[in-house]
Amino acid sequence: MRIGYYPGCSLLGSSREFDESVRAVSKAIGLELVEVPDWNCCGASSAHVLDHRLSLALPAKILAQAEAAGLTEVLAPCAACYNRLASARAALEADPAAAADVAAIIEMPVTGRVKVVNVLEVLDRCQAVIQEKTVAPFVRKVACYYGCLLVRPPKVLGFDRAENPQSMDRLMTAAGAEAVEWNFKTECCGAAFSVTRTDLVARMSGKIVADAVRHGAEAIVVACPMCQSNLDMRRPEINAHLGGNSQIPVVFITQALGLALGIAPAELGLQRHMVPALALQPSATV
Amino acid sequence: MNSAPHHSSHGETLKAKVEQATGVKLNHCYQCGKCAAGCPVAQDMDLTSCQILRLVQFGDPAWDRQALQSEGIWLCLACETCSTRCPQEVEVPKVMDYLRSEAVRQDLAHPRSRDILAFHRAFMDSVRETGRLYEIGLVADYKLRSRHFLKDVMLAPKMYVRGKLPLLPHLIQGRDAIKRIFKRTLGSKP
Repeated sequence: MRIGYYPGCSLLGSSREFDESVRAVSKAIGLELVEVPDWNCCGASSAHVLDHRLSLALPAKILAQAEAAGLTEVLAPCAACYNRLASARAALEADPAAAADVAAIIEMPVTGRVKVVNVLEVLDRCQAVIQEKTVAPFVRKVACYYGCLLVRPPKVLGFDRAENPQSMDRLMTAAGAEAVEWNFKTECCGAAFSVTRTDLVARMSGKIVADAVRHGAEAIVVACPMCQSNLDMRRPEINAHLGGNSQIPVVFITQALGLALGIAPAELGLQRHMVPALALQPSATV
Repeated sequence: MNSAPHHSSHGETLKAKVEQATGVKLNHCYQCGKCAAGCPVAQDMDLTSCQILRLVQFGDPAWDRQALQSEGIWLCLACETCSTRCPQEVEVPKVMDYLRSEAVRQDLAHPRSRDILAFHRAFMDSVRETGRLYEIGLVADYKLRSRHFLKDVMLAPKMYVRGKLPLLPHLIQGRDAIKRIFKRTLGSKP
């Protein structure tokens, strides 16, 4: 199977292990990723704060470029990119005048033909292959953490349940894990306040870490670079806020599934986390 | 406070502007409070989502001003919990985005919005110049704008040794087209 691929900026830098593990898992399950040519930033959490039209134009440019390259579907592993692309596509579809305005701004036609999908959707489709190729079941208790951007707003994204999503739980269960029932599956981690209001991120992400631990999880599994970096890189601030010393690792779904597929930890970038995650690899005796 | 609803002599009310720009019908809000109840930052807001909507519903310039000056509009993270749960399907984050931009236009933005705004501007500066986010550039630009020079200085080396902080930006080919997008939307806004 072939699919368009939009890595997004985080996956080239602070979340490069997400890119590495998406590519490694795709290769293992026979999914060919075709990168959108010369892609730009989607505007993330910043463009919409500064200007509405800018927040539509940046993702529209990406969709237009994917369309020009003949792609019909684009995988955006970063939940923020996925959300911005899908939201822009929906906004342009709903408002022809806005679509014409944006086409003039980006100097390219954009029909909205290209569908945007997140990493859970794509993995869900490939579940049979993943199960068949699993060589080292991921026998751990995990808290599947979806965050905001994969499931909200449901009217625009139309993906999974907004309040109690199941797709990641299903994928992890199929890979051998036990997905614990917990309370903060879709709570906000503090997102773009990581730098400007670290105090709020420590409290918001702290609630998530504490609840995952309380429900017996040995790892938090995510599909969003912002969630991952807040829960992982901000762990010193989180632990200071909680008054504890939680060392629960936070890994991308593609890293967890990659281990189950027998991919080497280094290929999945498992050594790149701030909170050590290498102990999640299956022991040599398994 | 003058509570008499009247339509401002200097043109459109804030309510009309919000509705025109966002398509959100503010009168659809019947003040059930569900938005603020589920809001993960409501406890930090001087005015919550529900109170801000109430202020703007009246079309009273004094109350509009109060909404625009609040810190609450700057704390909305657009997590969309409110809009997902709203029984009237009011898209609160869209309203917040509009109120923030209007607060900046009218020079009424809350003093504590300074760093938040500096961050978003630094982020978009990087995209304007390279087409993508350049993380080192973002941090340097934010530090200059916010003057928080020592913030997170210990994090960068940790990221660097883990290969998470590329030193050079990724320059896309179509940078000129990106610059034109910024010119046509943000214009000369800083």
